[in-house]
Amino acid sequence: MPTKAVPWIKVVVHVLLLIPVALLFRDYQSGALANQADPVNYITHLTGDWALWILLMSLAVTPVRRIHSSLAWLIRLRRMIGLYAFFYATLHLATYVFLFSGYDTATAIDGLRHGKLGEPFHQFALAWPAIWVDITKRKFIQVGFAAWVILLALTITSPQRVLRWMGGKNWQRLHRLVYLAGIAAVIHYWWLVKTGVTRPLPDTLVLALLLGIRVVFAIMKRVRSGRSVPVTSASV
Amino acid sequence: LTKLNVVQTKYTVSDATTPEPKAQSYNNFYEFGEDKSDPAKNAWKMHDRPWTVKIEGLVKQPQTLDIDKLLSYRPLEQRVYRFRCVEAWSMVIPWDGYPLSELIKFVNPLPSAKYVQFLTAKDSKTMVLPFGIQFPYSEALRMDEAMHPLTLLTFGSYGETLANQQGAPIRVIVPWKYGFKGAKSIVTIRFLDKQPHTTWNDMNSEEYGFYSNVNPNRSHPRWSQARERLLNSNSILPKIRTTDMFNGYSEVASLYNGMDLMKNY
Repeated sequence: MPTKAVPWIKVVVHVLLLIPVALLFRDYQSGALANQADPVNYITHLTGDWALWILLMSLAVTPVRRIHSSLAWLIRLRRMIGLYAFFYATLHLATYVFLFSGYDTATAIDGLRHGKLGEPFHQFALAWPAIWVDITKRKFIQVGFAAWVILLALTITSPQRVLRWMGGKNWQRLHRLVYLAGIAAVIHYWWLVKTGVTRPLPDTLVLALLLGIRVVFAIMKRVRSGRSVPVTSASV
Repeated sequence: LTKLNVVQTKYTVSDATTPEPKAQSYNNFYEFGEDKSDPAKNAWKMHDRPWTVKIEGLVKQPQTLDIDKLLSYRPLEQRVYRFRCVEAWSMVIPWDGYPLSELIKFVNPLPSAKYVQFLTAKDSKTMVLPFGIQFPYSEALRMDEAMHPLTLLTFGSYGETLANQQGAPIRVIVPWKYGFKGAKSIVTIRFLDKQPHTTWNDMNSEEYGFYSNVNPNRSHPRWSQARERLLNSNSILPKIRTTDMFNGYSEVASLYNGMDLMKNY
């Protein structure tokens, strides 16, 4: 792949990753979203699904790139894909806060229309006790929120300047947390579905594959470098 | 869906009715898939005729009843009930049927019968049957709950026969309990002296109690039950409503006199 093509490919990837939210907006405009039986539930699942799928795509970049040296340019898409995972995760979190938690968005908007700028905050104060109970008591909310916080930290530290300021080693150490974010996101999914429901299984298998490949690579690297240290006791 | 002859009743709540397409496109019917949109896509394969319901267990005369005989046994009443799902959303739905007590009186259970169990059809040829769940689906009521005038043996909704994804051709609606207590597509009604196993209670008793009365004070372990999203309008903004004890059907409270409803959830 000639280097010159990469900026064009980036445009294509931008467009592709914006399609889900564009379709959501189209459905909002046309009224199809309102005709959904439970629009809030639909938006929650759509944003959550895409956040996880795009996170998995970003985790797939390195293993796919290693298939062949001609795929090395893929690494240049990884940052952008990761940022989109954060974008959808943030939409997902916002859906929870403003549409799911009990926050009365309709009244907040009405207040704004009548010039009462404090209404959204007043509504937030009303919804806060329930949100606080969710944060302190509900494991699936905690683990999901943890995944979002990790993605937030990775987003803030994603510019080149920050990388240089932090130093490559530290930066890499921090950005390995993305594995933890993936695991947390999948656990979040399992904990939110009912017992017996296996819908998170495909995503889980993909994550296991992507993380498993890394373990295998790390072991192979160690063996190839010819060290005599036994692999089992080594940290991967 | 066939139009039904229904009579109006006093059992009507004042909230706006949920648009029919919403009620028929958003169903928990795990036999036809795990997603709430799956049953509407997959349930067409089920045949609701011919259909029979087996009456068995502690009854004077075990028998098998034909669906059309059951349907015409009593005049069908239209009752507009609040329908509260354990997942904290609710609808307002006109159900068409007659009190379950009428059927129970007709089949004449023995005095030793204390519970009524409902089993849902199970057919791997027409159903999806996800592997994480034990089928056939089983639900049950205590005899006094089953005999309560609010408990409706349901054949239709919105004045038409039930759509397959709603549990055609015959189901139970218990408006003061979470929706999953109302077994769908019933093939067996069994009278027992002991509390039988019920599907969700078996799978996760902490989350789904045997009684599963709507109770805003007893949180589901993963979310609050104090509020609900009322799905009865075409707006993307949620209509949040506080949940009432027994889903607002306070006349059933006396069934549970002396019981700790935080323990017997």
